[in-house]
Amino acid sequence: MTVQTLEVPDTKILTLPPEDVILQVRNLDFYYGAKQALFSVTAGFKRKAVTALIGPSGCGKSTLLRTLNRMYSLYPGQRAEGQVLLEGEDVLARSVDLAALRARVGMVFQKPTPFPMSIFENVAYGVRLYERLSKADMAQRVEESLRRAALWEEVKDKLKDSGLGLSGGQQQRLCVARAIAVRPEVLLLDEPASALDPISTARLEETISELKADYTVIIVTHNMSQAARLSDHTGFMYLGHMVEFGETDQVFTSPATTRARDYITGRFG
Amino acid sequence: MSAASPRFGRRAANAAFLGFCWAATAIALMALVAILWSLVKQGVGGLNLKVFTMSTPAPDSEGGLLNAILGSLMMCVLAMTGAGVVGALAGTWLSEYAKDSRYGKVVRFVNDVLLSAPSILVGLFVYEIMVAPMKGFSGYAGALALALLAVPVIVRTTEDVLRLQPVALREASIALGAPVWRTTLAVIWKSARGGMITGALLAFARISGETAPLLFTALNNQFLNLNLAHPTANLPVVIFNFALSAQDNWRRLAWVGAMLIALAVLAVTIIARLSTREPQRS
Repeated sequence: MTVQTLEVPDTKILTLPPEDVILQVRNLDFYYGAKQALFSVTAGFKRKAVTALIGPSGCGKSTLLRTLNRMYSLYPGQRAEGQVLLEGEDVLARSVDLAALRARVGMVFQKPTPFPMSIFENVAYGVRLYERLSKADMAQRVEESLRRAALWEEVKDKLKDSGLGLSGGQQQRLCVARAIAVRPEVLLLDEPASALDPISTARLEETISELKADYTVIIVTHNMSQAARLSDHTGFMYLGHMVEFGETDQVFTSPATTRARDYITGRFG
Repeated sequence: MSAASPRFGRRAANAAFLGFCWAATAIALMALVAILWSLVKQGVGGLNLKVFTMSTPAPDSEGGLLNAILGSLMMCVLAMTGAGVVGALAGTWLSEYAKDSRYGKVVRFVNDVLLSAPSILVGLFVYEIMVAPMKGFSGYAGALALALLAVPVIVRTTEDVLRLQPVALREASIALGAPVWRTTLAVIWKSARGGMITGALLAFARISGETAPLLFTALNNQFLNLNLAHPTANLPVVIFNFALSAQDNWRRLAWVGAMLIALAVLAVTIIARLSTREPQRS
């Protein structure tokens, strides 16, 4: 434990004006059983902006992401301590309605996870959990979501076909459409492009940058140029610590901490 | 030369292994083909309309298998309905809820024991708890015995195939805010449908030919009987009785019955396979 604190010398965390922050993480510790994975992480995620989380494998990026929608609550033995505030409400509180939280904080995973049902039903699945829409309204919502995910033109004539029949890139955009159909405030993307080819990746990135007009996007990525291209803010994590958090331009061009500088210039990681 | 010899050795090893695999497959298939061939050869001759319109005959008279076919059908359908519901739910509980908990492990172990329990014991068990107290053999007791044999097969296959579903699929549904039960029913069951149906088919195939448990429960009935509260004729017991008899027409009917069971399992398997085909990537 002392070794780890020694290895992370200085940290620099940008503090945003509170009115800009939709999701505030403060002194967050996370445990997988007895093993601690996050150490007093602090970060503020700006409303209607893209924040990228970067860092070497196993540094806690995905763990942080899975804390924000309480995904970890599915597994006994995993627990978080500290504060995660969504518009001022404590997400970690025992009394939180997890379904309502997940309606506000959507998530897209590393590998595409289309459900074994039609393209239309894939998108409608989440909506049906919260809203009773008429047939026409549902069709409207599905079209709108697929358009926002830049998939509509490719699938509009085969909405009844299985979602499993799409290509990997299309499947991932279907998952984005499915997540935004619920109209969340925050969208968590856990390495959404890592299983995709370059062209699909480019299309997905386009989709993500368009999404920030209406959504707060938090994206975990191993691809540094992707983080630089897409995001407004970047958090660099290492060994479970948030080492540097700031404007993307600043983090990439003049990182304030040695760890971030070494990682970004490719000296390790 | 020195470069050629190891390569030759590798090729020879490969050829030998491949040869063993071929031979093993051929032996397994030969046994299957031999069984099916003798069934068809001996069974087709006795096949006629009377098999489906008349009940089992007295010695030296004409008859068919109508009572046995209907009895088997009713008992199998009843057993599979009960076992399907219980087995699918228990398997789901083991896979989605109990996981590696202590209670789950105990249930899984007991189920595995039940899976390999001799079917005659199951028949005796049902005889003790149902036939003896009610003072009479009945089709319901037969269906119960068959269901007890089918349940562990369905529990096991359901659990296995549900566990094979990717964690990411579960999490994707949970992340949308769906509760676990809804995720299980709408996503995981749907995704595992083909495997779950295959499991049920395995169970059906197993019970459709079971004779020993029915001897102690449904027994037999010379006449057509649609009331399962009475002793009920069924194909396996009729085959068992007729095959050992000295009557030519009885032995012929036994072959026909055996062929019918095999064909029924084959037909159900093919229909299920066709109806659960996964969509292909375009």
